[in-house]
Amino acid sequence: MATQTPAASAPGMPQLDFSTFGNQIFWLVVALVAIYFVLSRMALPRIASVLAERQGTITSDIAAAEDLKAKALDAEAAYEKALVDARAEAHRIVAEAKAEIQADLDAAIAKADAEIAAKSAESEKEISAIRAGAMDAVKDVAKSTAKEIVAAMGATADARSITAAVNARLKG
Amino acid sequence: MATEAKDAHAAEGGGLVFHPMDQFKVEPFFGDGPIAWYTLTNAAVWMGVAVLAIFALLVLGTARRAVVPGRIQSIGELAYGFIYKMVEDICGKDGVKYFPYIMTLFMFIVFANFLGLLPMAFTPTSHIAVTAVMAFAVFFAVTILGFVKNGASFLSLFWVSSAPLPLRPVLALIEIISYFVRPVSHSIRLAGNMMAGHAVIKVFAGFAAIAAIAPLSVVAITAMYGLEVLVSFIQAYVFTILTCVYLKDALHPHH
Amino acid sequence: MEGDIVQMGAYLGAGLACMGMGGAAVGVGNVAGNYLAGALRNPSAAASQTATLFIGIAFAEALGIFSFLVALLLMFAV
Repeated sequence: MATQTPAASAPGMPQLDFSTFGNQIFWLVVALVAIYFVLSRMALPRIASVLAERQGTITSDIAAAEDLKAKALDAEAAYEKALVDARAEAHRIVAEAKAEIQADLDAAIAKADAEIAAKSAESEKEISAIRAGAMDAVKDVAKSTAKEIVAAMGATADARSITAAVNARLKG
Repeated sequence: MATEAKDAHAAEGGGLVFHPMDQFKVEPFFGDGPIAWYTLTNAAVWMGVAVLAIFALLVLGTARRAVVPGRIQSIGELAYGFIYKMVEDICGKDGVKYFPYIMTLFMFIVFANFLGLLPMAFTPTSHIAVTAVMAFAVFFAVTILGFVKNGASFLSLFWVSSAPLPLRPVLALIEIISYFVRPVSHSIRLAGNMMAGHAVIKVFAGFAAIAAIAPLSVVAITAMYGLEVLVSFIQAYVFTILTCVYLKDALHPHH
Repeated sequence: MEGDIVQMGAYLGAGLACMGMGGAAVGVGNVAGNYLAGALRNPSAAASQTATLFIGIAFAEALGIFSFLVALLLMFAV
């Protein structure tokens, strides 16, 4: 191939055409130096500062979020405390009311008890009076009956002995 | 250009109406004539476009300094963070002050590669002259830096102290050879990858002249183009990461 | 005639040089495959080793590129 085309105008591989090396190297160095200055003077410090700024923003945002979270926790604790207080208050009120009612109830019961006791004592008294009355009546009936029986049997008996006998009988 | 190539190559019967290597020709951008060292060639123009694109991305794109970045600023910050993290991970904290140089290399290579993928564009990084200058610049910078930072103890890079003693001179020889081959492989890897991809695309494009296999060739070009987009980035990444590794050797030569 | 034989040799050599690409393919596949095997065993360590992966791929692939370069030189520069 190299034999067909004149080597001077078109060598087989353009990469091995040494006549263009100086040109390429010159422009390469120019390009690299230009890129280096663009990067080191402008681009890299700017990107670094943007990244640092973003890092700072993120850090401060996280701190703010932590702050808010702490506040929320405080608020929750306060709420919990208020709830516990309210519950205790309610308990107290319930207990108070219960005690009051209990006291009223106790008083009413005591009063009723006293009334009942008084009434039953009265009744007892009446009953014992009735019972005593009945005993006397029985005694009288027994005496008169005994006298009649004795009389009917043809004997006479004085009142005193009959009474004594009836009393003795009733006692036994 | 195409007709001349046709004249030259039609006789070979390859079916090519243009030559796959013609796209790498360095020519004056305006008119014809000899190429002196200052001539504005297509290579120079596309390097300039790369510089402008970098300027647009990293300077104009970040002009708003937004805390919540827009699209272009995000890309700029992504590139910054990518290279910064690479330098920091590989070279350590004391390598960070060389970050602007490495960023310069990366941005130039990645933009030259990607711009070269545009139709009718010229790829400066496909030329040995360009990549060799960068690779040798890295090589000499790293070597000088190693001696300045570590003095003669930089030579312990070649003395593998973890190997058994009789083996060490042999290993030292191998290490020295591999050290001096570094700039060669460093530069040829990039240029070769760019050249290979573009040449293969051009070869497939040449097959498109034959009607029977034209659709296949279009599919092949599309596939190769996708691969080339990947390769463009990976080669820039590899060039940069190897620069970082060499820099690490200079800063911390002890194995 | 002599030029034709030289050219034939150059083209044959270029074709033979392309076999080096197969070696590079094996090498790159080996690197990537072993990386994947290691990454599946210990996924937490995988992310920290991607840089090593790319360096390994770059070294393996550089030799394939050298063979390609030899082919190109034989085709166009000899």
